[in-house]
Amino acid sequence: MSVVVRTIARILLPIVFAFGGYVIMHGHLTPGGGFQGGAVVASALALVLVAFGEASLKKYKDLLSALESLGGVAFVVLGLIGIPFTFFANVLAGVGGLFGQSVPPGPNPGYLNTAGTLPLMNWAVGLKVIAGLGSVVVLFGLFGGEDDR
Amino acid sequence: MTGNLPFVVCMVFVALGLWTLLAKRNLIKLVIGLTLIENGVNLFLVALGYVQGGAVPIYTYAPPGVRMVLPTPQALTLTSIVIGLATTALALAFVVVIWRHRGTLDARKVRELRG
Amino acid sequence: MKRWFVLAAFLVVAGFLVLLGTGMRPFGAPKAFEMDQYFIDYTQAEVAANNVVTAVVFDYRGYDTLGEATVLFCAVVGVALILRKVRR
Repeated sequence: MSVVVRTIARILLPIVFAFGGYVIMHGHLTPGGGFQGGAVVASALALVLVAFGEASLKKYKDLLSALESLGGVAFVVLGLIGIPFTFFANVLAGVGGLFGQSVPPGPNPGYLNTAGTLPLMNWAVGLKVIAGLGSVVVLFGLFGGEDDR
Repeated sequence: MTGNLPFVVCMVFVALGLWTLLAKRNLIKLVIGLTLIENGVNLFLVALGYVQGGAVPIYTYAPPGVRMVLPTPQALTLTSIVIGLATTALALAFVVVIWRHRGTLDARKVRELRG
Repeated sequence: MKRWFVLAAFLVVAGFLVLLGTGMRPFGAPKAFEMDQYFIDYTQAEVAANNVVTAVVFDYRGYDTLGEATVLFCAVVGVALILRKVRR
């Protein structure tokens, strides 16, 4: 695309990535979560594709598929952590340590170090959605830009 | 006083998507009809869980003493949205392949099992 | 002839849908909410999370999310299969 689009994309891309990371990280406190933040970051990948052409994303195709597998495996492993009780039992909640702080009942300002396995699952699913939607976007771009019919 | 007007709006959405599927011939427009039906159903599910005067079911800076809307329809609508996105991507991939092989997007012309 | 038949069938189905919509309960007054009330009341004690929707998605109904992730993976694999480069 033209130099205007490329310049604006260069300015806008870090902001969009940071916002996607924020939405994923605060999934247990504010509206949002893994799926929504992953969709935001995947739209940033679509912006890269539009602005810089499909050749700029071609070398990341294997990385994206590896990230998708990593996200899926991390999600299942996080579900299996609670297998002494039930599948998907939240064993990390309220016991201290990583994300183990308990919340006071009722409305509160929101504390990041709470909710047990939920933030970790948010990151796993976010990684999976970023990789999945990103590879769909990259595949469409590569297939369309090859030649004309 | 809204009565049950939002449910009627969701049904009109679904009917519009159905009409798009029945009347249009362009494959892209057929995919748009599919997403219209999906969005109507999602809107219907979210509207089912609304409580009169309810707040968002999130405790971060929630207004005290207010009833919250039902969280389960919202969670399942989230699932439904992602699945609809996946099916839309798959359908659009099919459309791209059909356009490559046939050079047309008319649903009448790609009906024959030829080529 | 065929177009008139299609139009009539569509009008019947659409009228049925709109009739169903007008016959429903009033907006904003759900009848069955005991399970959701349990989620709203006990999420902060059981899951220690503020966001009830995220708690439902990832904790109470984790199986649904697992299936959803599977569907997403299958769709990505399908797109990769369809849009591969064909060697001639």
